[in-house]
Amino acid sequence: MAKADFEVPELKKHVEVPAIKEGAMAHLKPFVVKNPDHNTDLGFPGELVDDWHDKALEKLGDLCSRYRSLQVYLDACVKCGSCTDKCHYFLGTADPKNMPVGRQDLLRKVYRRYFTLAGKYFPKLVGAEDLTRETLDEWYSYYHQCSQCRRCSVFCPYGIDTAEISMAAREILDSIGYGQKYCNEIIAKVHKVGNNLGLPGPAIEDTLLGLEEDVWDEDEVWVKYPLDVEGADILLVTPSADFFAEPHVDGLIGYGKVFHEAGVSWTLSTTASEAGNFGMFIGSYENMRRVSMRIRKAALELKVKRIVFGECGHAWRIAYSFLNTLAGPFDFLDPNYPVPQHICEFTWGQIQDGKLELDKSENDEITPTFHDSCNVARASRMGDKPGGQFEIPRNVIKAVCNNYVDMHHDTIGEQTFCCGGGGGLLTDDLMEIRVKGALPRMNALKQVVEDQGVTHVAAICAICKSQFTKVLPYYGFEMDQILSVHQLVSNAIVLNRKTGKPEWLEEDEDEDE
Amino acid sequence: MSTLYALLFMAASITLVVGVGMKIRQYYKTPAPLKIPTTPAPTTQAGVVMRMFREVVFFESLFKSTKWTWIFSWMFHMGLALVLLRHLRYFIDPVWAPIQWIQPFGKYAAFAMVIGLLGLLARRIFVDRVRYISAPSDYLMLLLLIFIGFSGLMMTFVVHTDIVAVKYFFNNLWTFGWGPLPMDFPLLVHITLVIVLLAIFPFSKLLHVPGVFFSPSRNQVDNPREQRHIVPWAEALEKKD
Ligand code: HEM
Ligand code: HEM
Ligand code: SF4
Ligand code: SF4
Repeated sequence: MAKADFEVPELKKHVEVPAIKEGAMAHLKPFVVKNPDHNTDLGFPGELVDDWHDKALEKLGDLCSRYRSLQVYLDACVKCGSCTDKCHYFLGTADPKNMPVGRQDLLRKVYRRYFTLAGKYFPKLVGAEDLTRETLDEWYSYYHQCSQCRRCSVFCPYGIDTAEISMAAREILDSIGYGQKYCNEIIAKVHKVGNNLGLPGPAIEDTLLGLEEDVWDEDEVWVKYPLDVEGADILLVTPSADFFAEPHVDGLIGYGKVFHEAGVSWTLSTTASEAGNFGMFIGSYENMRRVSMRIRKAALELKVKRIVFGECGHAWRIAYSFLNTLAGPFDFLDPNYPVPQHICEFTWGQIQDGKLELDKSENDEITPTFHDSCNVARASRMGDKPGGQFEIPRNVIKAVCNNYVDMHHDTIGEQTFCCGGGGGLLTDDLMEIRVKGALPRMNALKQVVEDQGVTHVAAICAICKSQFTKVLPYYGFEMDQILSVHQLVSNAIVLNRKTGKPEWLEEDEDEDE
Repeated sequence: MSTLYALLFMAASITLVVGVGMKIRQYYKTPAPLKIPTTPAPTTQAGVVMRMFREVVFFESLFKSTKWTWIFSWMFHMGLALVLLRHLRYFIDPVWAPIQWIQPFGKYAAFAMVIGLLGLLARRIFVDRVRYISAPSDYLMLLLLIFIGFSGLMMTFVVHTDIVAVKYFFNNLWTFGWGPLPMDFPLLVHITLVIVLLAIFPFSKLLHVPGVFFSPSRNQVDNPREQRHIVPWAEALEKKD
């Protein structure tokens, strides 16, 4: 079991709602941006400005006038309490400011004080409060304990989505130079290099050749992992973790095999070598748009006909729900396919068309369950029917393995529990909240592991995969119990399109001799 | 005294209509730059209308969440709806047939309304999470409605008031021809509290009434791949580069 300098909650087989413990997580704050460039590159002041009080209020007013969601959500809450026990961070920490409405109220009390009649004249009566330095720090603390998973919005009678409030709060913080190091550093990297990890083109090329070699060694088939190939049919945009981290890379191997068997030409792009877009996490339309434009540019430059996204949750939200808005219209692509498509939609399409031969027995040692990633589940769709985002990945898994088990129905589908690491929280300085927030998911997992012999959990999100890898050990599981869905596909797929040995590999070996 | 009530009532009504009207206008004018329906969401406009209908009439999301709150809340709101429909008889002449049919039910709906409100109040007091998020105004709002309901019930079942006079008063209000309002204690309490309710409506959480219809996570169609969604301020960014 991993060691922690905080108390890891006790694992049960079901979720218990704790009695509230005020201030339980008040101590936790992620690192603030240190290098001012990471703010200014994103269009924010380098450090906390002197007139932050007025600037913050000005920004709040500005956002209210540009986002109907924010304006309506700040007004409409009736404090019914329906959302109070729905957030995994509350369930894991008992801190009432981690209840969705508690989190919203941090901003709402300021909104009421300065923007509503009742709050201006009767602040005590309606719970309105002045904006003080303490409030600001509280925003920083608790709006970085929200993974923007939208679980609360499912249960709120008005659909109030705390993610929208968190995004707005983070944008306000950024606009006064009080940004979070992790997110802003990453966005600066994407703007500069093209991906979150700052991997340069040659490093990606190297990795991809390595994959070709691995597949050759195992299956004696040359499956290509092409980079920057002009005129390919499909541009694949995938999270950069797929290029090197486990189990992500096994998913990437799987995508390549599916494309290979489908007989389509495809390519990755150096400049759009990242599906992720942290611009959403910080609520910045401008940054999100800038990051998205790389994909449009790459698609135009490489003259592709279709865009497919790899396994990544928030990236799929942005791709499915926002890309057309941010970087569209995509009228230069083949109108016969949705823009963009999810790799699971692609694979499921191929399976339905009978294009793939699958040997399920290859996965017989695995009894997987599927973790619905929040952004896929509650902020996007796959296929042409509502709920396709739940069915299609499961269909794919069931097509490639014999023993599939679902976790408890209150913890999957639209009610899925976050992995605990989404929304820009996937950083070591927030480990405490990540571990505690994973509790509800771990409870549900424990139940199927003990009662139904589940051995692994499969996911289609880079953040979930990284988070599980880190967090599973805290709860007594093994870090490699998390899988990519396309890893299962990769195991089962029979490569029937025999292609010769890669030329470069032969040359390499000749040299060795 | 009747004149005072008439003027206050008119002022409160105007506040309600103008205040809520301005709020609706604000919500309507504020753009929603991104597609953010909570999915799975309907893929057609008709589907959205159905979703909204289920939300407004059955409180679908609340039902998914906590059955106790749902039961009390639904009793309160449905009771309220019937009571208000029944009240239309004070304001219209002749009274429409459907309003006449519900009169007997409306009478008892008031009990549902008050019991629902008491349940919600109990929840607010006894559930630690709900207590934590409650401001004084949240309790007062419930008390206000409970007292309106209670004073109404008093008139219906205990000390009747002169309904004909009440009707005459309200029917001729806007032509400044109101007659005397019966000076019965329950009626005065009832009407005073109703005036307060109308006046605070646009400045309180009662904005959930227009708000629910404008919530992007509930009222948007899930079709971003098929149809490009773009608002003017976002389009302006495109012109810049
Ligand atoms: C479109 C019509 C309406 C809808 C869909 C609606 C829906 C809801 C819902 C779902 C709740 C949350 C559950 C609860 O706490 O009770 C709520 C709460 C509330 N509603 Fe409504 N409502 C409507 C109209 C009204 C009206 C006309 C009033 C008052 C005159 C009202 C007063 C309240 C109050 C006071 C609460 C808070 C109850 C509490 O403190 O727990 N609602 N409403
Ligand atoms: C102009 C506004 C209103 C007037 C003139 C008015 C008047 C009355 C009168 C005269 C009664 C007695 C009925 C009878 O004896 O049969 C009554 C009952 C009642 N009123 Fe009102 N009322 C008004 C607004 C409201 C509002 C806004 C509510 C709720 C929020 C409400 C809730 C009730 C209830 C629950 C009863 C008892 C049940 C019933 O007879 O329907 N009233 N009201
Ligand atoms: S969006 Fe998710 S993390 Fe944020 S408050 Fe809601 S349930 Fe909690
Ligand atoms: S469920 Fe919605 S209305 Fe109820 S307390 Fe939470 S945010 Fe407010």
